[in-house]
Amino acid sequence: MSKELIRLRNLCMAFDDDPVLNNINLYINDKEFLTLLGPSGCGKTTTLRIIGGFTTPTSGDVLFDGVRINDVPPYRRKINTVFQKYALFPHLNVFENIAFGLRMQRRSDSADPAGKKQVRIPESEIQERVMEMLEIISLKGFEHRKPDALSGGQQQRVAIARALVNRPKVLLLDEPLGALDLKLRKDMQIELKRIQQQVGITFIYVTHDQEEALTMSDTIVVMDKGSIQQIGTPEDIYNEPKNAFVADFIGESNIIDGLMVRDNLVQMYGKQFPCLDGGFADNEPVDVVIRPEDIDIVSVEQGQLAGTVTNVTFKGMQYDIIVDFRGFKWLIQTTDHCPVGARIGIKIDPDGIHVMKKSSYSGMFGDYSSFSEEYDELDDASIGSDEEERGDET
Amino acid sequence: MKHKLSRFAIPYVIWMALFVVIPIILVVVYAFSSASGGFTLENFSRLGTYTVVFTRSFRLALIATLICLLIGYPVSYMMSKEGPRFQRIAMVLIMLPMWMNFLLRTYSWMSILENNGLLNQLFQKIGLIALYNQVFGTDLTFFRMLNTQGAVVLGMVYNYLPFMILPIYSVIVKLDSSLIEAARDLGANTFHVFRRVILPLSLPGVLSGITMVFVPSVSTFAISKMLGGGTEMMLGDLIEQQFLGGAYNPQLGAAISLVMMLIVVACMVVMNRFGEGEEQAVML
Repeated sequence: MSKELIRLRNLCMAFDDDPVLNNINLYINDKEFLTLLGPSGCGKTTTLRIIGGFTTPTSGDVLFDGVRINDVPPYRRKINTVFQKYALFPHLNVFENIAFGLRMQRRSDSADPAGKKQVRIPESEIQERVMEMLEIISLKGFEHRKPDALSGGQQQRVAIARALVNRPKVLLLDEPLGALDLKLRKDMQIELKRIQQQVGITFIYVTHDQEEALTMSDTIVVMDKGSIQQIGTPEDIYNEPKNAFVADFIGESNIIDGLMVRDNLVQMYGKQFPCLDGGFADNEPVDVVIRPEDIDIVSVEQGQLAGTVTNVTFKGMQYDIIVDFRGFKWLIQTTDHCPVGARIGIKIDPDGIHVMKKSSYSGMFGDYSSFSEEYDELDDASIGSDEEERGDET
Repeated sequence: MKHKLSRFAIPYVIWMALFVVIPIILVVVYAFSSASGGFTLENFSRLGTYTVVFTRSFRLALIATLICLLIGYPVSYMMSKEGPRFQRIAMVLIMLPMWMNFLLRTYSWMSILENNGLLNQLFQKIGLIALYNQVFGTDLTFFRMLNTQGAVVLGMVYNYLPFMILPIYSVIVKLDSSLIEAARDLGANTFHVFRRVILPLSLPGVLSGITMVFVPSVSTFAISKMLGGGTEMMLGDLIEQQFLGGAYNPQLGAAISLVMMLIVVACMVVMNRFGEGEEQAVML
């Protein structure tokens, strides 16, 4: 249905011999909402700046519609950017900010048959297009305000309009919602998705907020340490993380050392659990991801595993409870209330278990003991270490 | 907090009163009094005879300010584009002459511009004077550079150029680089980025640069005396003569000072009104 618009080929980038991007390969489809997701310093903003033309890669190619554009300056690219801190021109009002790009444009004169003469966009058309944009961002009547007389959310929308009025093929957004408060951020997420669908162009969005990425994207590219960790739809990324990093970064996950006994059977804590994964060697060591919401709490007798509740946090819709299974602490989300110190059993359905190959990230994530320690320090000393000791059981 | 601040401000207020407000009041009082002490407007009616000095002063100061701007803006702009190391070195080089005494600096210009000074000797060596004589059929042994209006303007530019560069540079260097990137992103080429973004946003620096060069230039007397040789009398010289020189007449001197001050203040007000919108923009 959609065709490829941008391709990054073997992209590498280093600042002063400090590698920032390692061999990035990625293609982006027309009209796609693609998110580059990762912690700070993972190279996502650098990737965006390379696409925008603000940074030249050390090696590798950027292709736009099949044409190499490495050396094309930003003002010749059919790409516009919404900057992190908006970067609205403080000396111009809202109207002039949005009209800036149009006033810069020259196009061939329709009256000139040779098409050689370059003319400005007529003032009437500028007026019309800016007004149309103000309508889209619901800021009609604000055209004479200076940016400093607008709220953060309004400035944000002006920045989007200023980019979109040029009718780019691609809009780059660099953490555009970072400076907004939570409520406004949620509204703008929906707003952005609506605008993207309304104008029908490609959005490339950079964020470190996994929830933002899951809400808006068609495709998510998870990055860390200058490399792409996984590319996929939000569902893929959430349900089938490729390694411990992705599993930990997207949502909450318990990541447990396991052994793939054979296809559809994985062993943890010396017990065997049926699962739906395959394609591993028999008895291959693996990482097992279990999402906190996929765990059922049952009585100790009925459970596949038994552990002790060490911490309970009320989260409104559910309780986040930390359960100690032989020293490894799990996060479980449940609507049942389990008091601290209670012995519980758990059951995991086969489709709640996701098996991953071991990677360099194995063993770094997925244990919630630091989480519970934070709470322990605040707690009364009565829930001390001896109770945790007793929680250890086969 | 507010109370504390105002207490700390007391020394400053006293200082201002003693050395700024009272002298201005004295100038006003003197300007309106006769030699015997009574009220008179005679001092002002005599100003008409000095119109030439007024126009010369303002003209030369204006030329010097314009030259400072034409040199200072590009220098500031290019400096801000370089790396931090270059910027530091350039800054020291710009400030370096100011560590030396003002009179010493101006004296050295005298010996450079003299009839048999350094420059004329150099011109002689490279045959520039001979060439000039050949081309224009003259019979010069040196170029007369000292004691001209040009020398006075040169002295002003040399002495006050740093006051133009520093404010402009400090505004440009603080410009948010993402604004420039945004302009480039929106289709502006290098010229348009400068014309539409950098120039309007650096206007406050330009305005304060102009003020800081123009005001001392218009009232200078040492430069015009030393490089202009006293033949090109300027307002500063005129005022000095009334207080210290042979034409001792402090009342007239006060009147001249007052009128000059009012003209300068009027210029500043007009200019600041003109730049007000931009100034607010950068205050952000």
